[in-house]
Amino acid sequence: MEVAKAAFPFFLEGLQVTLYIFIIAVIAGFLIGLIVALMRLSPLKILNGIAIIYIDVIRGTPFIVQLFFIYFGLNSLEWLSMDRMYAGILTVAINAGAYFAEIIRAGIQSIDKGQTEASRSLGMTGRQTMVQIILPQAFRRMLPTITNQSIISLKDTSLLSIIGIADLTQQGQVQQATTFEPFIVWSVVGLMYFVIIYLLSMLAKFLERRFTLR
Amino acid sequence: MSIIQVDNLKKSFGQNEVLKDISVEIQEKEVVCVIGPSGSGKSTFLRCLNRLEDITGGTVIIDQHNITDPKVDINKVREEVGMVFQHFNLFPHKTVLDNVMLAPVKVRKTDKTQAKKLALELLDKVGLREKADNYPGELSGGQKQRVAIARALAMNPKIMLFDEPTSALDPEMVGDVLEVMKQLALEGMTMIVVTHEMGFAREVGDRVLFMDGGYIVEENVPDQLFDSPQHERTQSFLSKVL
Repeated sequence: MEVAKAAFPFFLEGLQVTLYIFIIAVIAGFLIGLIVALMRLSPLKILNGIAIIYIDVIRGTPFIVQLFFIYFGLNSLEWLSMDRMYAGILTVAINAGAYFAEIIRAGIQSIDKGQTEASRSLGMTGRQTMVQIILPQAFRRMLPTITNQSIISLKDTSLLSIIGIADLTQQGQVQQATTFEPFIVWSVVGLMYFVIIYLLSMLAKFLERRFTLR
Repeated sequence: MSIIQVDNLKKSFGQNEVLKDISVEIQEKEVVCVIGPSGSGKSTFLRCLNRLEDITGGTVIIDQHNITDPKVDINKVREEVGMVFQHFNLFPHKTVLDNVMLAPVKVRKTDKTQAKKLALELLDKVGLREKADNYPGELSGGQKQRVAIARALAMNPKIMLFDEPTSALDPEMVGDVLEVMKQLALEGMTMIVVTHEMGFAREVGDRVLFMDGGYIVEENVPDQLFDSPQHERTQSFLSKVL
């Protein structure tokens, strides 16, 4: 217990870093996903093609490889230098973006085409229809899958410790090395991830209930 | 000057030619009912009039706008052409009031107080003012369809298109919807109604078009068409439905 008490401030510090990365990366990832989903649904073949390649590449490679490619690979080029925080957030965002894109595309396509027809028949433009009619309904339907992907991304942030980001997992490794109490250290770290993810799914359930279609 | 003029309209879905050669003129304030067996192209014909379907050939002129011209601003034309669908297509995430107010506010840029006043008047007209704050999911089919009519009317259109508006309703709901439509016809709205309600077509229609196989096979004033159909296909269709 003494060990856990002494290590606790470090864990809290790590948790802050984890949450900071998670929040920025998931918001950025969601915006990337929205843009890519709209590209994917665009009648323009070139936009469509770019979106498909992006999604396939991200889905077809491991997260760790993406991280190493961005942090070591891109940084090895002369014209670019990113610190590890940038690279870490960027990787999580780009990774989540591909999955969000597919979630959002499926959500948009699940809305009955009669909704679009009714909106367009009133003289609303394609953009107004998307913003006023399709997206608000699609988001409600997507909420459970969005939550799911966000949780996966939160867990992915633990891999950023490999490139030396001082997140919760990294703090765990440091405390293990200083205290020689791996059982306690990893129990506490695990519990902290669990609590955050539990709160996140509670929030999602609350939102789902609030936005359920009457 | 007719408000709708259709010349040699053709529409194909891939290899399947659904409208083969449709020509018709519709005058202002006219109520035209379109009848015919399913698959005859009635709904497709209606949906070509506001270009919900891309037109394969021919010309369609709506209120002096040639909508087959790719340069035409179709949204401007659609503002003047209301449409009511078989499955209502109300926006389920918006209240009844918001459904009716949406297009005037977003498209016509009417200010909200004004739009709300108009929407409540229209809901009054269709007998659903007390449902203004409900969501579509809380209404019966007949109520939904009346809201859909109010929503289309909120744009103050010159023409109203009805695509089998009562086909998805329970029998006891049909009367209320037809009553609203009849009232609209009496007020002088130009209406094109694809319907299976032969009673409505006969009573309210100024003219009835009978479609089959992608053509208008026969057209006439209702009494003539229903009592002494000239064409053999019209006779056989009417003998089955009347």
